[in-house]
Formats: sequence, structure tokens, C-alpha cells
Amino acid sequence: MSTPNPTAPAAPPSDSVMITVDGVPMKAKKGEMLIRVTDANDVYVPRFCYHEKLAVAANCRMCLVEVEKAPKPLPACATPVMDGMIVHTRSAKAIAAQKSVMEFLLINHPLDCPICDQGGECELQDLAVGYGRDVSRYAERKRVVKDKNIGPLVSTDMTRCIHCTRCVRFSQDITGAAELGTTNRGEHNEIGTYVEKTVDHELSGNIIDLCPVGALNSKPFRFRARSWEMSQVPLVSPHDGLGTNTYGHVLRGRLMRVVPRANDAINECWISDRDRFSYEGIYSADRLEKPMLRMSNGAWKEVDWQTALEAAVNGLKGVPAAGLGVLAGPSSTLEEYALLQQLAAGLGTSNIDHRLRQPDFSGDAADPAMPTLGGAIAEVDTLQGLLVVGSNLRLELPLLAHRVRKAARAGASVAFLNPAAFEYLFEAEQIVVDPARQLAELNALVSAAGGTTVGNSVADVTDRHRRVVESLRGAQRKAIWLGALALRHPQYAALRAAAQALAAATGASLGVLAEGGNAAGAHLAGVLPHRAAGGVARASTGLSAGAMLSQSLGGYLLWDVEPTADSLHEKALASLKGAGYVVAATPYATEELKSVAQVLLPIGTFAETSGTYVNLEGQWQSFTGAALPVGEARPGWKVLRVLGNLLGLSGFEQNSSEEVRDQLRSQVERSAAPISIGAVAAPTALGQARVAGVQVYQADAIVRRAASLQRTREARAPRVVYGAGAES
Amino acid sequence: MPNSGGTIIFSVSGHVAKPGNYELPMGIPFAELLEVAGGMQGGRKLKAVIPGGSSCPVVPAETMLKTNMDYDSVKAAGSGVGSAAVIVMDETTCMVKVLERLSRFYMSESCGQCTPCREGTGWLNRLIKRIMAGQGRREDIDLLVQVANKIEGHTICALGDAAAWPVQSFIKHFRHEFEYMIDHGGRSIVGAQQVAA
Repeated sequence: MSTPNPTAPAAPPSDSVMITVDGVPMKAKKGEMLIRVTDANDVYVPRFCYHEKLAVAANCRMCLVEVEKAPKPLPACATPVMDGMIVHTRSAKAIAAQKSVMEFLLINHPLDCPICDQGGECELQDLAVGYGRDVSRYAERKRVVKDKNIGPLVSTDMTRCIHCTRCVRFSQDITGAAELGTTNRGEHNEIGTYVEKTVDHELSGNIIDLCPVGALNSKPFRFRARSWEMSQVPLVSPHDGLGTNTYGHVLRGRLMRVVPRANDAINECWISDRDRFSYEGIYSADRLEKPMLRMSNGAWKEVDWQTALEAAVNGLKGVPAAGLGVLAGPSSTLEEYALLQQLAAGLGTSNIDHRLRQPDFSGDAADPAMPTLGGAIAEVDTLQGLLVVGSNLRLELPLLAHRVRKAARAGASVAFLNPAAFEYLFEAEQIVVDPARQLAELNALVSAAGGTTVGNSVADVTDRHRRVVESLRGAQRKAIWLGALALRHPQYAALRAAAQALAAATGASLGVLAEGGNAAGAHLAGVLPHRAAGGVARASTGLSAGAMLSQSLGGYLLWDVEPTADSLHEKALASLKGAGYVVAATPYATEELKSVAQVLLPIGTFAETSGTYVNLEGQWQSFTGAALPVGEARPGWKVLRVLGNLLGLSGFEQNSSEEVRDQLRSQVERSAAPISIGAVAAPTALGQARVAGVQVYQADAIVRRAASLQRTREARAPRVVYGAGAES
Repeated sequence: MPNSGGTIIFSVSGHVAKPGNYELPMGIPFAELLEVAGGMQGGRKLKAVIPGGSSCPVVPAETMLKTNMDYDSVKAAGSGVGSAAVIVMDETTCMVKVLERLSRFYMSESCGQCTPCREGTGWLNRLIKRIMAGQGRREDIDLLVQVANKIEGHTICALGDAAAWPVQSFIKHFRHEFEYMIDHGGRSIVGAQQVAA
């Protein structure tokens, strides 16, 4: 019976309304703030305090517009639209209100634009052109506010502050650390930290972008360049697996600063301090500027590229294929990985790996094609249940932690299983157990969920376990993630298998938050001993990173690897020292590398090469080179291509990084192997386990050299090895 | 009494013989209210009244003496019953100094959250202080009104309006006192009249 029933209730009233702005009809959602509607329809209403990602404050009053039938001008940012509303944003009344506010904002604002870093990219300066007067009518004394020292990253010129409170709302609502607030009243109103302290949250650099004036600026960038001198180049941050979108600002070939590139699917409009300030590490004093060769007397000598490459080729040819190990860091570009894998294959070795900090490779055969989050990054906001195993999430992936915080604030139940309790700034159930008991504890959760435990070690199931399982079960959108502390666990394979069992029993998705900026890319390109490009299983499995580092091979090719800091492997240095021949391609000339290598080849960092990063969502993000490589350093993929030519290998004829990428892409597509995680053998019992913690600003070679980041409170935190104190 | 029923507590302060709180029927003529409060202190002449608390516009004596204390009448007289805090000022009162005191109050009461009030109340007070210091210019009087107009209706709460109304009304009714002070290097018209008398 498809005849419409005349007595059926009418369709629910649509939640869309029609309003008229400056004579143009606009469709809007009921209750939506007026400024969102005008923004969506390209009608610009001037504003200072309004920001689309922050709570509405309506305190700057710059967005006052005339609304018919309202007795006074209304702030567009705090006025919900109603059907039939007629708005004038450019009427005499609206303009008069906006100009009034501008005059008030300017009376106590210092006119120091020529020496202000914000000059040229200042919202107040821009709007003053449109709404300000030629000459100030304010002849009284101007307000002066004492500057504050809020740490090594953000400079303050508080006299310039216009009290929009964007920074305050950011630290209260977005980070939750509530590090900034307002004190005093009226004219004496000041932004500050109440008691003198530094602003330490790992996202706090975003207040630099939020500040519409020059009150909060980048301290490392202070007085370095004017905004209009620099060119803006899109980049992708190499420090974690999110693939955070950034812009590099480049002056005469030098990367001067990094700012966010808004991408709602990944980083919204934020970047972490690590993404923002790491660029300083590119220009550290120990950059390798020329190829170097170790002479027969042991001394190092700078040589030209030709000499260095020939030496490297001869050296590598002298190493028997089975005894050659290729190690790469987890943050190189996809193109470098592709060519490196090709080079290793050409040299006849499968000993190639990028998982430098992973101790347990027993689950390799069960590996998925690449580590992923198990879902879209943007969907993390809407998760209702989440269990994170082994992760100091805020410091490993700051922007992912931000999304988890959003989910938690929306009511998601979040649980952590970690070797230590961490501060999350949202409500979370923290199960803290010694690394040796991590698997038993995870098994207890599996058992509470009715799944099959991995191995025999199972902790007693308590109400807490049942609670975590129930909240996962009860959630519609749910996930289980394994973090870096799980990856660095000696029983990683078993932990992953147990997490998989728990995911299966609760219906949650499973994600692996691999370390480094391009672990996913390294997997796809086959920088693995058991998989070649495109995830194709190798005929014969090579040595894993752990195996390569715990014994001396005949020779090594190190690709952007700082042996000790990047691997945290206690035998790494000794193993490399015992090798017959070591070629190290690296941006940095460290004493440690000089003590193990025969040839040092200077390669460009993430900003000095074109390339592609694959993030934990599986997105391929390509970028062009932003800065000129320091000294004679060259983009890594070019170095590998020439090395391939000099070694007489085929398949090294690419003329651009795009060509390398497209070749790999077709390999990946052909193989089309989204391998799910397979089964692993039962783990052996552990008496004692140690898991290395990594400080947020020790994550990779660039960050370790970023001077300003190294002055933060976080950088002063001692390095921790979890489980170290456990007596067996 | 339409629109104004019952009684109201008038809080009479200023130059009256018996300042205090008086509960009286609405609509009582101001002259009677003044008598209830004991009449003018020392028998001096009434100059002006702020009938509804410091935020309401000031009303000159001649208008006020003809006005009944109900909502409509006081509104017709150019002010409001407001909180019924009646501030009575006699002929010895310098209106510039009163406005300075009022504007100082609003400057220090501004919470500083929104721009027009945070920045404007201080500007108003400094302008008046400068006039009192003998540094005033004739154009400052119009500037005062313009600054008040820029605050009025543009703030989150009513404190901005409250800071603006006294300024607008004081200059509307007592502009000559401001002009006198500006022209005479900060000397008040009140003292000058007493000297002349």
C-alpha cells in the first residue's frame, strides 16, 4: 500500500531556515551562529575574538551587524539565525558600530607595526585599513603592559594584546591544560599565567597563530624575517604518523618557520609544537655539509660527491650480499624507501628494515600490509569507546590525543593500558602495570570479553577489566590502538595478537600507531626483511633490524639513522663498529656516525627534498622541496638513484621523485594486499621486561637538534625505561 | 497609576537634609519626595537630580521639580526611575567634577571583557580629568559625547550604556559648565559664581 496516508503526521519541520544578508537570501541551519552562515556564503564580517574552532566569546564586538527589528547592533558570532532574519553587514549602523570598536581597539594599541613580527599578517592591521581612522583622536596616555616569559617557544608583547581571549579559550577548551587566563578588571585586564610559569602543553604553539595581533609570537622566529618576504610552500610534518599538513615559510632557500596548513581530515588548523619548531634542527651546527671519507689513517676528509659515491660503491660491492644490512629511519620519504629497497634487492640482500626500536619480530609473518589507525583520523572525534595499549599518546601523537580528548569530552570512555600513568587532561581509565605483566593484563581483558587469550599468562579478571570491556562493547564506534610503548615491548607480537583477539571479541577496530613520520610508507615500499615493495612476501626473509643491530654484519648502509638514539639498542654501536664497511647517508655528521662509518653522504631533511609521506590513515601526501639543501647535501632519492647507477643496477632511471612514487604506487596497486594480522606462536613467559620511553623532543634526529624545543620543560624530563626497576 | 502601581523605595542621597530610604507610592511628585527627605541641605537651591541611580541621565532642577516619580513621567523628563536611587545636587555642585566621579566609577567597575566598555570608560574619565586639569580643548566636549555614543549599545552588558548615559546627559544639560572650565584653565563655574556673588 503506497498511497499516502492523509492523517500521517507532517514531515518533521526542517531544521533549515532562510535569512537575508545584505539583500542576498541564504540558507542556514536553525540556531547556527550568523557568522558561520556569512562565512559559508563569502560575506566577510570583521572579527577578532571569533574563531571557528573555539568557543564563542563575543567580547571583541568587531562583528556587530544590524539585524532588522533588533534595537541594537548584534554580534554575528553570537547571534543564532532565525527564519526570516534580515541582516545588514554593511549598513550605516553596522559600519558605525564596527568602526567604533576599531577605534577603541586602537587607542591603547601601540603603533609599533614596523618592529612587530605580526606586521603584514596582523588581523588588527588588516582591519584597521578598512575600519580605522587616519589619525587617532586619543590624546591620553596609552596603556603599557609588562611582558611575560611563558617559555622558550612563545614570545610576548602584552601591550599589543587586544584581549580577544582566543589564547585563553584555546588553553581551556582545546588543550584542557588551562595554562592561560585573564587577571584584573577593566583596562587593567591582562592575559597571563596567574603565577609566573611557562606554557608547556605540546600544542601551545598554536596560540601564536590564534593571536590576531603581535602579542603572542614565535620566539625562535622573532625578528628573523617579515612575512611578505617569504614564500609559502606546503609541507608534511615528518615527526609522527599523522602526516600533519604544514606550510614552510622560506626566505632565500632557508626554511624560516613552519605554520599549520588547515586540513580538517588530519590536523584541523592545529600543529604540535614539535611540528612547528623542529625546523631549527635543520640548521643545527652539526649538519653534514659535504660528503666525507675516512682516510686510511682514520682521519675524516671532505671530498666531492663523485669521490664519495665511488668509495661507497666500491665499499658496498666488497661486502658479500648475505652480510650486508640496510637500516633506515622511520621518517624518510616514500621515494627514498622505494629506491633503498630497490638498491638492497639489487645488491642481493633482504637484510633491510626500518623498525629500529622494535625488539620483537616474531609476529612479522602476521603483519598487516602497513600499520594503520584502523579508521579515518577525523572519525576519532566520534569514537565512543577506545582502549590504548602502550602509549604516552599526548607526546607520541599530540594531535591524535587532541582528537581523543574531543571524543572523551563528548562522552567516549577511554582506557589506557600502560607501564606508567600519564596525564591526559581528560577522563580516562588508566590501567598501569609493569611491562612484564602487560600481556597478562591485556589477556585479562580478552578473557573478560570472552575471547581467546594469547599464551597462558592471564591476570585475574577484575571489575575494572569487565568495565573496560563493557564500555567497548556498549560503544557503537570503538577502537583499540597499540602505541609505541607496545611496539617497543619485548612481547609486541603477543600484545598485538591479544589486542586483535580483544578487538574481535568486542567488535572494535585495531590500530597500530607506529613510530616515525612514514612507517606506513616504509612498509609499502618494502623496507622490511620479510616483505618487498607492495607488501609482497619475500622469497627468503632477511635479518630484522634487531638482528642486524645485535651482531656485526659484513657491512651496513645506514639511511638517516643515528645508531644509538634512533634504535635505543644497547648493542647497536658495538655491532656497527665491528662491521667491515659502513656507508651512512645522513643529514648530520655526528661523532658516533664518524666512529662507525667509512663514508658519510649528506642528504636533505624533510624540507629539502620532494617526496611523499603515507600517514596512519593510508593517505599518500606528496610535497615539493621547500628549502635549499644545506651545503652540498642532496635530496635522498637523488643520491640513491645515482648510487644505483654507479652500482650498475637497473631500474634507477627516474627523473623525478614523482616517477619513483608512481612506480611504487602501481606496484602497491597491483599487489593490492591489505593483509590482515595473522596468528602468532604462543609467547614465552617473561620474568622481566623493559620498555624504553622516548621523550617527545628526542623522537627523531631533527627534533633532537631543535634548540628551542630542547629548552622546554618537556625536554628536561628524564629518559625513562619502564620496568627497569622491576626485580625478578 | 497606570504602568506604575504600588510603592517604591526611594534611596535619596546627596544634598538633602535627611538622606535615607523612603518607601512611598509611585507617582509622588519629586517636590514632595524632596520634602519627605527634609528639603535641601542648608536651604540651598536645587541644581540637578539623577532620579534613578548613577547610570540614569541627569535632569535639571526646573524639569525635575515639575516631574512625578513614576516610570512614564521620569521617562518623559529624559531619564528613568531605574533603581530609584535619587541623587540630589545643589547649586554648589560642579557638574564636571560630578561627571568625573561617575566616569571614574564606571571605569573601575568595567570588567574588561568587551572592547567598547574596557577601552571607552577609561577614555571618558581621562578626557574629563584633562579638562579639570586645565588642559581641555573645546572639541573635547563633542569627543566625550562621541565616545559615549560609541560605547552605548555596543557592549555585552548594560554597564557600557550606564557609563555612556551620564556623559550624554551632563553635556546636554550643562555644556556651559564644561565650556567654562575649558576656557578658564580648569576653574569651575561654581567657584566663579560664588566669588562673583
